[in-house]
Amino acid sequence: MSSPSGRSRATGSPPGEATVPSGEASGPPHEGSRPPREVSAVELERRAFRKRQGAASVVVSIVSTLVVALIAWLLIINTPGWARVQQQFFNPEIALASLPRVWDGFLLNLRVLAMSAVLVLLFGLLLATLRTLRGPVWLPLRALAAAYTDVFRGIPLIIVLYLVGFGIPGLQLIPVRLPVEFWGTLALTLTYSAYVSEVFRAGIEAVHPSQRHAARSLGLSHGQTMRLVVVPQAFRKVTPALMNDFVAMQKDVGLISLLGAVDAVRAAQIETAAYFNFTPYVVAALLFVLLAIPTIRLTDWYTARVRAREQIGGIV
Amino acid sequence: MSVLRLEDVWKSFGDHDVLRGIDLEVAQGEVVALIGSSGSGKSTLLRTVNLLEPIDDGRIVLGDADISDPRVDVDAVRARIGVVFQQYNLFPHLTVQHNITLALRHVHRMKRRDADAAAAVLLDRVGLAEKAAEHPDRLSGGQQQRVAIARAVATSPELLLLDEVTSALDPELVGEVLDLVRDLADDGMTIVMATHEMAFARDVADRVVFLDAGRILEQGRPSEVFGAPREERTREFLARFTA
Repeated sequence: MSSPSGRSRATGSPPGEATVPSGEASGPPHEGSRPPREVSAVELERRAFRKRQGAASVVVSIVSTLVVALIAWLLIINTPGWARVQQQFFNPEIALASLPRVWDGFLLNLRVLAMSAVLVLLFGLLLATLRTLRGPVWLPLRALAAAYTDVFRGIPLIIVLYLVGFGIPGLQLIPVRLPVEFWGTLALTLTYSAYVSEVFRAGIEAVHPSQRHAARSLGLSHGQTMRLVVVPQAFRKVTPALMNDFVAMQKDVGLISLLGAVDAVRAAQIETAAYFNFTPYVVAALLFVLLAIPTIRLTDWYTARVRAREQIGGIV
Repeated sequence: MSVLRLEDVWKSFGDHDVLRGIDLEVAQGEVVALIGSSGSGKSTLLRTVNLLEPIDDGRIVLGDADISDPRVDVDAVRARIGVVFQQYNLFPHLTVQHNITLALRHVHRMKRRDADAAAAVLLDRVGLAEKAAEHPDRLSGGQQQRVAIARAVATSPELLLLDEVTSALDPELVGEVLDLVRDLADDGMTIVMATHEMAFARDVADRVVFLDAGRILEQGRPSEVFGAPREERTREFLARFTA
């Protein structure tokens, strides 16, 4: 809540005093034409109450968080095997020693992620658009897109990885050997495009038909209507769902280790074997969590901004 | 005793003062029409009364309780007030009947049978008994607005707020909605309505309040405000409607 600027606040007025608005400025004018206005005692008391209430809820949330954390902590460290688990999973020296290798692997994950995220967006949008095409001519494309989403949402990602990563190179289509991360990116793109296209399609269908009517009545073609009016609105509607899929994908890039790529997960596995200690896995897990948090916060911020811009009135 | 009393209510959006010290008292059974150009603060005034917009200063008293106090239970306050919106705002996923019984059953904890019976009586009154099982989108604008009014009065509110309820309707359909509002007024419902229908305001309202730039510039009986406006701004505004 932005406090009204340019208004002086009354201080020390006795409680219960009647409201006294002063239309005319009693001091020098603030910020252009806006005259400062005395705020009534009633309103000051209300603001004080809201402030106290805000402070009280902050205190309550801190206390409840601490209590929950303390209980969880006590429950864990009082288990009989805690000392051993701590040594095996949370060993700071091994964490530090394994970090460089795990980090190198993590950079590979990031590269694969960035590449597949872009490809998924493009391919997913293409599939969604194909499915919304009207008219009998487009039936084959519509059916193909529908079949594609059915199949690739049905097959587990691990199996797609095996089929793409080991099967396609086996065809020896191309004379050169492509790196494992190429096939990993392809498999991720194939699977996630199927999910994302359904998200897009839901968004496109959620744009009210009147928007389409308005665009077509201006003389825009079907394609222009989709590109300039429908898809931008659909995109806004589905951003949270898309970001959700993106976070899921951030973790699933770890599965490319199954193809033999030395990513964060595989590097952690190697380090774990070297030290006879599971701490490197925890290090990798931490890196993935750190990767996910900014995305999640960004989504929250973006949706709040869109809502503030396009929706009038307060949230009830 | 007054049903609603506003004391020096201020409200701003950012740097823009929308309400600048509104004082208004509405008596039991009174019909008050708020008139004024777009942006004069009519809708904001109604929204603050229903606590959809928090006010920056002043006091809003419903019955004998200060409802602008942050300690009040806003849901309980809103349950005492009926609101009809310009765009109807019916729930498209519910049938006409369920739109009306929703609050009766879930806020006022009425038994399903009783709520359905109450809805049937209301629908009969607004002339839409045969539409009970339809979904709102299949109805005309005028019919939707009549359902919205039925929904607002189903809970027997102490106060009914009407926010330009005919502005989204084409002229042929305005009559059926206004007839219903007139009917409610004759029944003794306390009504505050923002309206552009000057003829209707003159006909039905007990008092007309002219808002200009967030202030009440002039108010009085319709015959006074429409017949002999004191303020130059009021004359200007009314001239545009009679021209």
